[in-house]
Amino acid sequence: MWMAKAFSFGTAARMGPAYFPTVIGGMLVTFGLFIGLRGLVVNGESVGSFHFKTLFLILASIALFGLTLQYLGLFCAVLTLVVIASMGGHEFKLREAIIISACLAAGSVALFVFALKLQIPIWPSF
Amino acid sequence: MELLNNLILGFGVALTPINMAYCFIGVLVGTLVGVLPGLGPLATMAMLLPITFNMAPVTALIMLAGIYYGAQYGGSTTAILVNLPGESSSVVTCIDGYQMARQGRAGAALAISALGSFFAGTVSTMLIAGFAPPLADLALKFGPSAYFSLMVLGLVSAIVLASGSIAKAIAMVLLGILLGLVGTDVNSGVARFTFGISELSDGVGFVIVAMGVFGFTEVIVSLELNEKREVFTKKVTGLWLTKDEFKAAAPAVLRGTMLGSMLGILPGGGALLSSFAAYSFEKKISKNPSKFGKGAIEGVAAPESANNAGAQTSFIPLLTLGIPSNPVMALMMGAMMIHNIQPGPQIVINQPELFWGMIASMWVGNLMLVVFNLPLIGMWVKLLSVPYRFLFPAILLFCGIGIYTLSYNTFDIYLAVLFGFLGYLFVKLECEAAPLMLGFILGPMMEESLRRALLISRGDPAVFLTNPISLCMLIAATALLGIVIMPAVRRKREDVFVE
Repeated sequence: MWMAKAFSFGTAARMGPAYFPTVIGGMLVTFGLFIGLRGLVVNGESVGSFHFKTLFLILASIALFGLTLQYLGLFCAVLTLVVIASMGGHEFKLREAIIISACLAAGSVALFVFALKLQIPIWPSF
Repeated sequence: MELLNNLILGFGVALTPINMAYCFIGVLVGTLVGVLPGLGPLATMAMLLPITFNMAPVTALIMLAGIYYGAQYGGSTTAILVNLPGESSSVVTCIDGYQMARQGRAGAALAISALGSFFAGTVSTMLIAGFAPPLADLALKFGPSAYFSLMVLGLVSAIVLASGSIAKAIAMVLLGILLGLVGTDVNSGVARFTFGISELSDGVGFVIVAMGVFGFTEVIVSLELNEKREVFTKKVTGLWLTKDEFKAAAPAVLRGTMLGSMLGILPGGGALLSSFAAYSFEKKISKNPSKFGKGAIEGVAAPESANNAGAQTSFIPLLTLGIPSNPVMALMMGAMMIHNIQPGPQIVINQPELFWGMIASMWVGNLMLVVFNLPLIGMWVKLLSVPYRFLFPAILLFCGIGIYTLSYNTFDIYLAVLFGFLGYLFVKLECEAAPLMLGFILGPMMEESLRRALLISRGDPAVFLTNPISLCMLIAATALLGIVIMPAVRRKREDVFVE
């Protein structure tokens, strides 16, 4: 149950400036192995259950936010984010989600672009 | 009377209309995000960072600092009225604060947390004013070897103070250091761990890591829990404390302030740790520990004073040593650098109006909070009755925009998603993210001073032992680590965190 830790970040050292990272990396691997081996020997509680649906929808909504922001502008990006993220919640009502997303989209355009004058594209650029 | 003159200079800066106005905005926004669960000062400060570019440096820092300690006030409101921590540092306030609210003493609980926070704010402001200049003098004598050892001490204390397994905490610190080393090496210009991705050559922004690991993860985890929230929307009455309550609370406030001020200075400390420590300390020394969890006013007064004290004294290492002790301070450091201010001992000497202005503004801000906060509680309550399914998309949105506006690059958003996933994994594996953040912040600084120290000593590692300051730090670090590994202390430590 603890093996995942041991795999993460091995000793990917480079020449020259690699001194510090190598030492730290080596220490990390040592500790990772220690924790991993202990996990095999000692019977602890198992890792809590994963809620894959929530995890996936929330992270996907943010990733899509980045994607749509770049190509379609802030307004569409907010719509995408809010609707998809809402699906990850417990009570999902499509109509409600669309109304909220529209309000938030208008609000954030007003707040960030007009009031705070941040350089964010609002609409699709083509 | 130098201190007095300095304070007069500071208030002269803090009381100009423009600085007062931004101080007010800062504490107001801080309280707002403090009240809202899931949106922390870190995300807010990151979001507002770009708009401070055009301000005078003092004004910008005053506002950003206001957000941090304002959030400590706001967090307690949510904890007391909704039994949900509005801010992670208010987790323990929920225990007794909510019980007090159920017994109809919500007003008293709110009043004591505001007054306690104000008292703590005043004391810790004076502490900064009194101790920062001599510490800065001392810090000027630090060579690279002393700095390195100091950071080792900081990381060790972060490990010791983390809850859960020590081995896991050490691993998290190491992982954090490695993540901090991503990007172009300062000394040789070689790109390290970038996997050929050009966006990574500047390193990973710590706001990105923090938003992913704390912000996104927090939302996902709280969606899983699906807690029912019961908001006390009834009018909050009876703000005044009874005589007995006052008698019980006053010493608790004092103890909380002391403990918080001390823990705030420690690297890895700050508001969160202070409140936990203050609560278990109160419980331990109480003549009647059974009343905790049933609405003991000490259980509200002590942690709330402690978190505010801790929030403010955590400025000391940043302002005197140039070392941020927690992610929020790292963001403050970033803000200073943007304004061309090198954080560290030089600030006190070269820019007294900045240093003292900031200190004075903290006191002014605390005063504003205590005056405005109680009348505004009705507004916060209304805000809290908004269901979470409306709130969390907005929180995600603010985080997303905050990340994007840092460098106007969508790559940062994808990176944050990755860290969000990692953060979720850490929660499930019971690894604390705070040591990781500290390692991430201090890692590159450590490497630099290590190299510089070894360069000066021509590669002789004995320099860390022959330099007296450095030696002291290393001994302290070893001692700390040694103490926690001892079985007896280990068990006790587990008890403390279980509570």
